[in-house]
Amino acid sequence: MLRKLIGLAAVAGIVGLAAFWFLTAPESVPASALAAPHTVNLANGKTMFDAGGCVSCHAPDKDDRTRLGGGMALKSPFGTFYTPNISADPKDGIGAWSEAQFVTAMIKGTSPSGEHLYPSFPYPSYQRMALSDLRDLFAYLKTLPAVTGRARDHDLPFPFNIRRTLGGWKLLFLDGKPFTPDATQSAEWNRGAYLVNGPGHCAECHSPRNALGGIVPGQRFAGGPNPEGEGWVPNITQKGLASWSVKDIAYLLESGTTPEFDSVGGGMAAVIRNTSQLGAADRNAMAVYTKSLPAVDGPPRPPKK
Amino acid sequence: MKFSAALAAVAFAVAALTATVVVAQQDPIAARQALMKANGRNAGAVVKMVKGENPYDAATVKAAFDQWDETADKFPSLFPDNSKDGDTRALPVIWTERAKFTAAVAKFKKDVDDNRAKAMSGLDGLKVALGAVGKNCTDCHETFRKPQ
Repeated sequence: MLRKLIGLAAVAGIVGLAAFWFLTAPESVPASALAAPHTVNLANGKTMFDAGGCVSCHAPDKDDRTRLGGGMALKSPFGTFYTPNISADPKDGIGAWSEAQFVTAMIKGTSPSGEHLYPSFPYPSYQRMALSDLRDLFAYLKTLPAVTGRARDHDLPFPFNIRRTLGGWKLLFLDGKPFTPDATQSAEWNRGAYLVNGPGHCAECHSPRNALGGIVPGQRFAGGPNPEGEGWVPNITQKGLASWSVKDIAYLLESGTTPEFDSVGGGMAAVIRNTSQLGAADRNAMAVYTKSLPAVDGPPRPPKK
Repeated sequence: MKFSAALAAVAFAVAALTATVVVAQQDPIAARQALMKANGRNAGAVVKMVKGENPYDAATVKAAFDQWDETADKFPSLFPDNSKDGDTRALPVIWTERAKFTAAVAKFKKDVDDNRAKAMSGLDGLKVALGAVGKNCTDCHETFRKPQ
């Protein structure tokens, strides 16, 4: 009887391991998915580059938006990430990547060598991007200078240093769905929704996260503790921005100036350097969508010391 | 006798003066926040012109640049060691990397001074000048101020 039980447990263990291995396998996008002909639009690639905020994490010199050597430390509750080189360098950057490998990284969070990427790279947002936009972005990135040098390894404690576990994380927090427009809303609203939720990845910082590091779905955009360190990220639903007009939000994205004429800082300063590069129509669309977010209470803020 | 009385008077005057200065500097947090509020008010007045909500007004522009200059002059002395804690969003990096902080304030002053003439030349000049000066606000708040 005991032997039978042990045998059963062993079989269950093996089946469990196999299931884990199967379920956590990194996914990729096959080259055939990109077989449709595509005419590259470099200007659109640059728009995606600016909306996507690539520079904020991959360009160490904030005054040179073209050199994407990476190596910047990104602190998080799970450890410190060091951003990779995404310049056109074939050895240290992404110069030797195929288009399918790039798209795979952006929407599946899988590296060319078939490993899970950490979601500090915001692919849960980037997965909403349209294939044509991703292809333009890739083409644009290739026009920027090659920079040599690789970043040091991430500094993560066990168990976060086991990449395979991210397969489980993806099962919970990566739904694989591209952006779908809402037919009841205007074209401008849909453009804004796409930019805010897709490339703009605003929710990644402006939402509270659960213990596993996933965004709390009911509190998307409701603000929370700053994932990168001190302070608090504001609630950008109508709970926090009720007194802001669409024009106010658009002007913030252009200039970094709030309706009270304060100037934003912290991580938002880097965001403004990106959004200030966008066309006024895109900033306005983002503002229209943001202004439409229903009021949601964020997590309670701990009292000041 | 006369001499020592005079000396005492001088000593008293010096002490009184010192006391006044100390009182004025007692709350550097309040002092620097008041300056920043004034910066914002002046920025607001100028931004309204740039956005076309108010007509260009040279006196308002001059007042803004004067006040920003004043902030830049006073700011470096308003972060003594005893003002790290309290109701402030100032980040510790101001004290741990003081040279960097001082340089950032100096750059702000230089940009204010270098762009003053342009801003006074009319609305088009003001637009360019405000961009150059305003960049300092975000740059400093990025590094030296805690997000909310």
